[in-house]
Amino acid sequence: MTALLNIDDLHVCVDGKKILNGLTLEVRSGEVHAIMGPNGSGKSTLAYALAGRPGYAITSGTVRYLGRDLLALAPEERAREGLFLGFQYPVEIPGVNNVYLLKAALNAVRKQRGLPEVDAFEFLGLVREKMQLMHIEDSFLSRGVNEGFSGGEKKRNEILQMLVLEPRLAILDETDSGLDIDALKVVAAGVNSQRSPERSCVLVTHYQRLLEYVVPDFVHVLVRGRIARSGDRTLALELERRGYDWVAGEAA
Amino acid sequence: MSENAKQLENLIARGYQHGFVTEIDADTVPPGLDEDVVRLISRKKHEPAFLTEWRLKALRHWLTMQEPHWAHLKVAPIDYQAISYYSAPKAKKDGPKSLDEVDPKLLETYEKLGVPLHERARLAGVAVDAVFDSVSVATTFKETLAAAGVVFCPFSEAVRTHPELVERYLGSVVPYTDNFFATLNSAVFSDGSFVYVPKGVRCPMELSTYFRINAMNTGQFERTLIIADVGSYVSYLEGCSAPQRDENQLHAAVVELIALDDAHIKYSTVQNWYPGDARGVGGIYNFVTKRGECRGRNSHISWTQVETGSAITWKYPSCVLRGEGSIGEFYSVATVNNHQQADTGTKMIHIGKGTRSTIISKGISAGQGQNTYRGLVRMLPSAHGARNFTQCDSLLMGGKCGAHTFPYVEVKNPSATVEHEASTSKISDDQLFYLLARGIGAEDAVNMIVSGFCKSVFKELPMEFAVEAQNLLAVSLEGAVG
Repeated sequence: MTALLNIDDLHVCVDGKKILNGLTLEVRSGEVHAIMGPNGSGKSTLAYALAGRPGYAITSGTVRYLGRDLLALAPEERAREGLFLGFQYPVEIPGVNNVYLLKAALNAVRKQRGLPEVDAFEFLGLVREKMQLMHIEDSFLSRGVNEGFSGGEKKRNEILQMLVLEPRLAILDETDSGLDIDALKVVAAGVNSQRSPERSCVLVTHYQRLLEYVVPDFVHVLVRGRIARSGDRTLALELERRGYDWVAGEAA
Repeated sequence: MSENAKQLENLIARGYQHGFVTEIDADTVPPGLDEDVVRLISRKKHEPAFLTEWRLKALRHWLTMQEPHWAHLKVAPIDYQAISYYSAPKAKKDGPKSLDEVDPKLLETYEKLGVPLHERARLAGVAVDAVFDSVSVATTFKETLAAAGVVFCPFSEAVRTHPELVERYLGSVVPYTDNFFATLNSAVFSDGSFVYVPKGVRCPMELSTYFRINAMNTGQFERTLIIADVGSYVSYLEGCSAPQRDENQLHAAVVELIALDDAHIKYSTVQNWYPGDARGVGGIYNFVTKRGECRGRNSHISWTQVETGSAITWKYPSCVLRGEGSIGEFYSVATVNNHQQADTGTKMIHIGKGTRSTIISKGISAGQGQNTYRGLVRMLPSAHGARNFTQCDSLLMGGKCGAHTFPYVEVKNPSATVEHEASTSKISDDQLFYLLARGIGAEDAVNMIVSGFCKSVFKELPMEFAVEAQNLLAVSLEGAVG
């Protein structure tokens, strides 16, 4: 199995504040990794830094994705190379159609892969199929991106996008936060449907609840900007029992 | 040179010899404006006496007026005596002989705007096939309209074929005394469109200025008059997205619309006059008076405009809602980039009971552009139960541009309702990043967001204009990001 993502001693600053302090992580193709940790530990910062969000300054360290220097690529280039960020707080873009955005995004990825653009009919068929899986109604198609969506709907929309774009590396930032149990199951089903030997997923999450449905291969605990402990899925259960202080205490 | 072009050359040369342009050729009018110039213009057009008199009254009135300076605009002084008020139709021999002679930047713009190849030559002023094209297309067009009884012709032609209509309606919405530029226009207007739609007729096609032959060289002081008789409907498209140059800097047009009982006029404009260079030098001054009167009950007039050109845009397409239950609408996207300025908006004057108006104005400012919305909603004492809804949004791109709003609300009837919403925003970094994170390039991302911002206006445009308008917006805001 090849290393899809190789993060080596990453240090990241946001607004002059040091958030990631030497984070090292290897994700191989086909694996699902969960990143857990207390508030402020740097979970979202990791997700944003990987996606290339402006304002997230990499002060040292390297990130290799598919053998390439990820940090040298612009955010849109990373996306076209199959990196997907599921936002924790997806923004509304009124007036820009959901379907329009999805089609443009898919065609950008396809172009990168040397594939022809998908036509409108083909695309609608594809989207409808995924929408059914995510329990999203037809009316969503004509609405603006996330416009007037509830928190749960926004999260389901993120997963829908993931299903359409079929990324090689999906980074889902607290996709489970704010979801009721039914919505959580739908989201989990979506994520699981993408599991394959060629695709990997990094789940950033606060609670172990999601991990009951999307069973991770590895669990890492982030404390004060670096991975303090790694283990398999049972680590998540232990955390639930003993709290983050246990790990933080040991890492100190 | 091709066979066609040679034939055309000969035709034109022969035409001049045959004299239908000899008269014009013989008097080249020097710059300056006085009664003799006005009489000359009227004589050249073979106008009836009532019109010559009307022009002269306008001129005499204009000479007593002062140029207005209340707008939020910096306008270099205009020397009215340095303008030539009459010029012969441009001899096609003077234009570029082929697309090879046309400014490559202009051709690049046509490419970006998706202008069909056969149109590029015409727009660039190349004297190839243009006459043959418009004659053949316009002929079919004219036949369809004639069958429906719709009159659509140059104003100068209508003056001769339908003088009674012109006399009845000209100046009834914009009187010659209205304002400095309208008065000037009334004295020296060159040509424009005349439309009359008979009772109960739904005009079978969208009327576009492209189909009006002799459209060249009439940009300076255009005069348009559209009359929709009882129960009729017409949709009129003015302008085009392709950038147009003109050696005449001042454009002071007047457009009058009259809708009788149950009639509906939809007037759409896409304007991209030359805005001046990146330093703001040159560029057209577009000072226009446009007004529609909903004269009949349940009549309806809507103005839709996409204004991206001109160095200075100064216009307020308005509606006088006289007829009971009549409706007035104004949908506008106005952009300013580099050093452009715009002071634009609308006036909705509610006179009749139960009249309604909707105003949606989207202003986009970029570079060092200054965009001003100025709107008047006036409810007269007679406007029982009248309603207005106004939404006025500004989008700022970059830190050097400006957006200004001057809403005027005058309500003299206690049962009338006025709603006004306004917002000012920048393109949000979060929205941009969201699109980038989905693989959309930076420029496309901005265009998507801007189009989304303008959506409620674009959806009011006739379809082919809507597509043109989106492309136009993208091109006019080029370089405004980053």
